[in-house]
Amino acid sequence: MIDLQPHLPILQVVIPLLGSLLTAFIRRGTLSWLVTLIVTWTLPFIAVALFLQVQAAGAPIYYKLGNWEAPFGIVYKVDVLSAFMLCLVSGAAAVIMPFARKSVASEIDSHQQSWYYTMYLLCLAGLLGIIITNDAFNAFVFLEVSSLSTYVLIALGRHRRALVASYQYLIMGTIGATLYIIGVGLLYLLTGSLNFDDIAARLTSDLVWPLEPLLAALAFIFVGLSLKLALFPLHVWLPNAYAYAPSFATVFLAGTATKVAIYLLVRVMFEVFGVALTFDRLPVAEILIVLSVAAMFIASFSAVFEDNAKRMLAYSSVAQIGYITLGIGLFNQAGLTGAFAHVANHAVMKTALFLALGAAFYRIGSVRFSDLEGIGRRMPLTMGALVIAGIGLMGTPGTAGFISKWYLAMGALEAGSWLLVFLIVASSLISVIYVGKLVEVMWLRAPSPAAAEAKEAPLSMLVPLLLLAAATIYLGFDTRLTVDIGNQIATLLLGGLK
Amino acid sequence: MTTSLIIPPGLVLILGGLLMPLLARVGLRSLVLIVLPVVTLWLVWTPPLGATLTTPFLGFELILVQTSELARVFATVFSLMGFLGGLFALRQQNTLELAAAFVYAGSAISVAMAGDLITVFIFWEVMAIASTVVIWCGGAKARPAGMRYAAIHMLGGALLMAGIAGEIAATGSTAFTAMDTSTVPRMLILAGILINAGAPPLSAWLPDAYPESSWTGMVFLSAFTTKVAVFVLLRGFPGTEILIPIGFVMVFYGIIYAILENDVRRILAYSIVNQVGFMVIAIGIGTEMALNGAAAHAFVHIIYKALLLMATGSVLLATGKRKCTELGGLFRSMPLTAVCCIIGALSISAFPWTSGFIAKSLISGAAAKEHMETVYLLLVVASAGVLLPDIKVPWFVFFHKDSGLRPKDPPWNMGLAMIILSIFCVGIGVFPAALYGMLPYPVDYEPYTPDHIVYQLQLLLFGALAFYLTLGWLKQTNTITLDVDWLWRRPGPAIAAFLDRFAGYTWEWFVDLVTATAMRLYRLVHSHHGPQGIFGRTWPTGTMAFWTTVMLGAVVIMSYFQ
Repeated sequence: MIDLQPHLPILQVVIPLLGSLLTAFIRRGTLSWLVTLIVTWTLPFIAVALFLQVQAAGAPIYYKLGNWEAPFGIVYKVDVLSAFMLCLVSGAAAVIMPFARKSVASEIDSHQQSWYYTMYLLCLAGLLGIIITNDAFNAFVFLEVSSLSTYVLIALGRHRRALVASYQYLIMGTIGATLYIIGVGLLYLLTGSLNFDDIAARLTSDLVWPLEPLLAALAFIFVGLSLKLALFPLHVWLPNAYAYAPSFATVFLAGTATKVAIYLLVRVMFEVFGVALTFDRLPVAEILIVLSVAAMFIASFSAVFEDNAKRMLAYSSVAQIGYITLGIGLFNQAGLTGAFAHVANHAVMKTALFLALGAAFYRIGSVRFSDLEGIGRRMPLTMGALVIAGIGLMGTPGTAGFISKWYLAMGALEAGSWLLVFLIVASSLISVIYVGKLVEVMWLRAPSPAAAEAKEAPLSMLVPLLLLAAATIYLGFDTRLTVDIGNQIATLLLGGLK
Repeated sequence: MTTSLIIPPGLVLILGGLLMPLLARVGLRSLVLIVLPVVTLWLVWTPPLGATLTTPFLGFELILVQTSELARVFATVFSLMGFLGGLFALRQQNTLELAAAFVYAGSAISVAMAGDLITVFIFWEVMAIASTVVIWCGGAKARPAGMRYAAIHMLGGALLMAGIAGEIAATGSTAFTAMDTSTVPRMLILAGILINAGAPPLSAWLPDAYPESSWTGMVFLSAFTTKVAVFVLLRGFPGTEILIPIGFVMVFYGIIYAILENDVRRILAYSIVNQVGFMVIAIGIGTEMALNGAAAHAFVHIIYKALLLMATGSVLLATGKRKCTELGGLFRSMPLTAVCCIIGALSISAFPWTSGFIAKSLISGAAAKEHMETVYLLLVVASAGVLLPDIKVPWFVFFHKDSGLRPKDPPWNMGLAMIILSIFCVGIGVFPAALYGMLPYPVDYEPYTPDHIVYQLQLLLFGALAFYLTLGWLKQTNTITLDVDWLWRRPGPAIAAFLDRFAGYTWEWFVDLVTATAMRLYRLVHSHHGPQGIFGRTWPTGTMAFWTTVMLGAVVIMSYFQ
């Protein structure tokens, strides 16, 4: 019996990779689902074990792949930030699995279902890999693994526009990844290293670096990752990708994909380039804040006018990402705490919302407002959970959304900007309108012909949904999981700030 | 008594409301409606004065319960309204509305018992959501009204939250104490509260939304939102002078529009605005006597306004009508409702030996004692003026011309609720000591002196005379087109007619302006964000790539020129 404890970091990535191979060989939908279920339900345990290990050690854990020494070999690094993200992504992937079977069975052709789970596990492996690796090029590889599988996940949607949406995402995603790798290439030329820690150490050493290529490297990486995380105005691929993808893909991507891109950007900006260079020498903070505020308003307004509920929530995601990047742009303790609390809270709430819509799609085959009319009384538990998550999205006290909004407002105050406080609360007013519109359509209108036939969602879909709705409330009161960890992350990131 | 024994009374109602849909399935709805408010009332009074219950949240200590005289006054009347509103609504078919109403009542009580700003804000928002659901349950017309209501209250909540966050950042304390308006955060807090109180310029949300709720919904709505705002003002901003002019605008806005209005429920909604105006003025005066007056007035106003709304709600339920012109002569078949409505109208007019008399006289007495002549005289004018709309409701609904309608008195539970409220109206009026004893400051005031009674009766007589003189004109407003020439020939109502025309024109102009601006704004936003707009439509891939390049270029250039 080998002691698995020291090998947990690599298991976190290898298990889903092997799982994807297995599902590719099985070729049977239900059996593949079972394999995927087992794999995804194993991962959170590893993530939590790693998290506890990091907390106990009080220092990052390093894992050398094939025992090659850094900076020559690839090294995995687990600190509070990456352990938090590992827990979040693997947790989200595990919670939604019960939902997958019926949803995938109804939306994907039977001979493709097994491939679908293969792609899902590949995407998951890619996302976990981005989080855990300490190597710039390795991160690029995982970025491409997750992106390529995402394109397939989206393209398999039944809607005929799914293919176009996937194609657009492919082009844009590739541009984003290309910009990222150009930036990494510049860094490699400058420092001769691909290891994040090593690059950071060299940049802060006494050597004098030519500033221009360094600035260009940061600009390329910043814009490339902004595209992946859908920062306004580089978000245009997102609404269609989310809206026309199969329900299960949307549910998964909404909670995880953009968050991981945000994570990578934070890692590069704060740990590799360092706060001093990123924020003092470059106008990155200003750009982030302006674009975040633009996203909070412009995307929210677009959400108000949408008549496809999935597309509406996708625009809302762009706006919510704006909150997160705003907190990062503030780069102070409260702002970063709020940003990472919101990474978790938004993942919980948005996953719940898309789960509810996925359940509705399973029952009535549409998520257009005209078809969703009056569905609340036919599917009271599903749509009740949607209301709770929606109230959370507005940032009402007693829900998770309030916690993040509160810390973001505190961060804005810490930065001394009254205007930003006002903009944060004002933009949440727009979310009241679109969430209110959704609730009004679902609960107060007479049932549409499609909705009149609907029944309550099956138990396998209800359980994850109700769990996340309960979490929306729970995280509104117990903030140890979000705020306390967010606080640790903020301290870690600002450690370089003297 | 140790703090561990305190149960937050508001949470009992909130939990009861949340569980009500489940309990209704097993036939326990009536039990919940009757028993829980009584339990709540008991919980309000069991902890001794000054007892607190705290819980940690977001790194702050939330003070969920902090008993004080003022908190008890409001929590008592809120629990009472939960009980009587529940009794009145026993036959309301819509369980969702009652569930929301209980959450609403519970959060109002929680605000009243709260000891820090964050707790206030949390239950403030819960109240906004629950009350929106109550309005939504009013039917098709209530939906857009409910959305408008929600938007305005979320704006109020946003101002309040920004203010509270700023206050905590500036002072480091979450304590909910009396504040001045010297800093921006405090002004924001005040603005947020005033929106809920129905203060200008956003007073219109109240008559816009409340009348569209159901026959039971408005009974609940009238009791909580504005009065919670009065409570928070009382505790947070006593003696803030700006409140005096704001209160007067509310009083006269409420009176003028109530006179012009034909819809019974809208008249009562405007009347809420003018009554709350009196309380706001009292808080602005800020002496112990005035603050007592504001608290007492809030207490009695909740009772008689609920009584009036139950009476008109019974009429609405029985006839489906709510316009003065469509009603009349109902006293023949609804004697009990008519008597209760008259008692409510007498109370709201501050007739001696009713509850309105002993509360309002505290306010005008406070103004007189402080030698605020202008305030005092304006209060006298307002007290006389307020009579016109107040007498209107019972007169046009139960007397006046016979509409031919013969609806029956409502079922026993609704009748009982109205009788209990009527007893309160008269009982408090005859034995003011009971209410005076609850007030936060010792009351050194005797309302029943001969000259005060004579003085009040004079006011009422003049008011009644004005009503009689303008009756023809009041009647005329009930038709849809107003014969203005005819009005000009009558000297008595000439001024009122001028006001009507003036108000009508300015109002129309204002409405047109607002509508046009709103439509232009909507079209602008829609043209950019709608499905065909630049931010709503799908961009060609090339355009997306182009913007990526633009952004890359911009970042690089900005980096080099930094």
